[in-house]
Amino acid sequence: MNQGLQFDDAGRLRHLLTIEGLSRQTILEILDTAESFISVGEREIKKIPLLRGKTVVNLFFESSTRTRTTFEIAAKRLSADVINLNVGASSTSKGETLLDTIRNLEAMHTDLFVVRHAESGAAHLIARHVPPHVRIINAGDGRHAHPTQGLLDMFTIRRHKGAFGKLKVAIVGDILHSRVARSQIQALKALGVAELRVVAPKTLLPVAVEKLGVRPCTRMEEGLDGVDVVMMLRLQRERMQGAHIPSEHEYFNLYGLTPAKLALAAKDAIVMHPGPMNRGLEIDSAVADGPQSVILPQVTYGIAVRMAVMALIMGGTPAIREPATRDPASRKPAERKKHQ
Amino acid sequence: MTLVIQGGHLIDPANNVDGKKDLFIDDGGFVAGVGKAPPGFKAKKTIDARGRIVCPGLVDLRARLREPGLEYKATIESEVHAAVAAGITTLCCPPDTLPVIDTPAMAQMLQSRAWRFGLAFIHPLGALTQRLEGKLLADMEALDEAGCVGFTNALSPVTDTLVMRRALEYAATLDLTVFLHAEDPWLRNGGCVHEGEVGTRLGLPGIPEAAETVGVARDLALIEQTGCRAHFCGLSSARAAAMVAQAQKKGLPVSADTTAHHLHLTEHDIGDFNTQCHVRPPLRGKHDREGLRKSLKTGAISAICSDHQPHEPDAKLAPFARSEPGISALETLLPLTLRLVDEKLLTLPEAIALLTHKPAGIIGVETGQLGIGATADICIFDPEIRWTLTGDKLVSRGHNTPFLGQTFRGKVTHTLVGGKLVYEGSKT
Repeated sequence: MNQGLQFDDAGRLRHLLTIEGLSRQTILEILDTAESFISVGEREIKKIPLLRGKTVVNLFFESSTRTRTTFEIAAKRLSADVINLNVGASSTSKGETLLDTIRNLEAMHTDLFVVRHAESGAAHLIARHVPPHVRIINAGDGRHAHPTQGLLDMFTIRRHKGAFGKLKVAIVGDILHSRVARSQIQALKALGVAELRVVAPKTLLPVAVEKLGVRPCTRMEEGLDGVDVVMMLRLQRERMQGAHIPSEHEYFNLYGLTPAKLALAAKDAIVMHPGPMNRGLEIDSAVADGPQSVILPQVTYGIAVRMAVMALIMGGTPAIREPATRDPASRKPAERKKHQ
Repeated sequence: MTLVIQGGHLIDPANNVDGKKDLFIDDGGFVAGVGKAPPGFKAKKTIDARGRIVCPGLVDLRARLREPGLEYKATIESEVHAAVAAGITTLCCPPDTLPVIDTPAMAQMLQSRAWRFGLAFIHPLGALTQRLEGKLLADMEALDEAGCVGFTNALSPVTDTLVMRRALEYAATLDLTVFLHAEDPWLRNGGCVHEGEVGTRLGLPGIPEAAETVGVARDLALIEQTGCRAHFCGLSSARAAAMVAQAQKKGLPVSADTTAHHLHLTEHDIGDFNTQCHVRPPLRGKHDREGLRKSLKTGAISAICSDHQPHEPDAKLAPFARSEPGISALETLLPLTLRLVDEKLLTLPEAIALLTHKPAGIIGVETGQLGIGATADICIFDPEIRWTLTGDKLVSRGHNTPFLGQTFRGKVTHTLVGGKLVYEGSKT
């Protein structure tokens, strides 16, 4: 459905707005490219010249230090010039429309916009109205999509669990309001996981969620039984005011991930969280800091994945692929085999 | 000027006319003869209607002309031209203008401004409560005297059920019709699409179908209690239509309409955040669309309206939830209804009835029919012309429609209001 907008005439990824519509092959291409960028962050000189001379604008209509910083680091490691704009506090508050803001910034010859906005569909709107040479990465729009988060989660799963085909995965928490959950679901479906469950009280499950190809569960016992991956979601505290849940205490009792609940999953299950975590609300510290947690590696991988997405949509694919072509053995052959 | 419309296929469902008949109009603008010229009739003008359908001018129960207050979107002048180009000769305007139509002066001003152009008839709907605030009743008797054909709070909810009860009781006292947009505002909860598959996929806040059915249930209980005559505007769900049908069976004085676009589009047409499909009530699922269509056949829904809402381009250039709801719909009202004939849901006379005498009956005006002595408000269309809707073909100032680029069958060639030819379109 998003093929037309996300891809150019030659079928190359032009924008990254959502994972919906991306093929398994495209997702794996992004993950493989990210794999080649992991080592960049481990070097003394953490820069490659792929986007030298390009201008990347982090356009955040909604504040998010963590995501913005990872995009900033990713762009800088690719040698781009990076500008951070917290637009919520400037132009829009003066009455300027979203498209006016974009047009003004475009006039400053921006090559890539990384956009975060509180409204679903904002990135699509912008992508429809920028000239062909300008690229858009959706860094989170309303409840709709957070594709780079979804991709970095896939990267993390692949690194720790290998192939997707036999995995049972549970996404736990506020599915209704979560853009992260939607992107995770689309990515996991595209990659062909064996089973995908979403776990939440009915007040936090969207209507017709099963149409997304998931099994809705309202009890942790059912949702976590034998899963290989547990993906926790952040719960906004204001959901209590909206009568979605009665109290933090009750939510934690029912849906908080504790060692006892995690024991329902497979012994070697991994625990993920997009951060920032609410300890004692959605996750127990013993789990968050425990041996099955891969929450911190997720952050590290996030930079490589965002570098990969930027490189791919800016047309940098051949340069990225080059090292792999020269020396495939340097790219963890065992893992490569798993996801062929 | 005396006039004969010659050689056309006359369809006048109110009078059970469906056949090739000439229509004779006297110099007062009234129908003087059907099929046969009255004695001594001499036509000064002849309209050749061979191969065309001649029917009463269309009656649209809900069209925003944006004046006063929102002239940057459209004006009475621009929209009455669009109306007659679409064969619509009578328009009802909701009171949610700026200022609100809650005084006789406002109601009269709207009609006198419209009449300056001598095109379509404009009938205002008066506010049910002052400033549409849902607190104090508007002066319904004075508004009725000033020409309002019904009373409504438009899309502003009357959240206080007691105020709603009083409003219905008061309207019943004066034998007035109340037009209801039934929607529970708490269940709507700021939603912008149907709460269903598409809203879930796109992460857009949904309006459950229950918001409409709870609203209809509340209002039906109050209608039963007060005996008020009421009309449900723009039903979007199968269940609400069924509830209205059941109330009609019980003998409650209720009627209902739906919009032409709800009969054709579903939530799936939103695709990737197509803001042209942002409407209120929202486009629902296929089951609801089929339920609405069935209600046309059973008669529970007795009018199709445009719910015309022209917008300036910027109104739709925003993220979906922030874009303004509404479609510029005057010019697709007849073509979309004719599509229901092509799809074998309705016969042509049934379709025309839903656009003419049935809506006219709801607002209690003597139009929508072409019996002898009736005002000669007439729509003539060529049912065989195929045409594609493009922005440059739209007469309305609002180009906000999801139907751009679509091909339709049937095009208005002439529109007469009070016997006067007010629109003559392309003959090919």
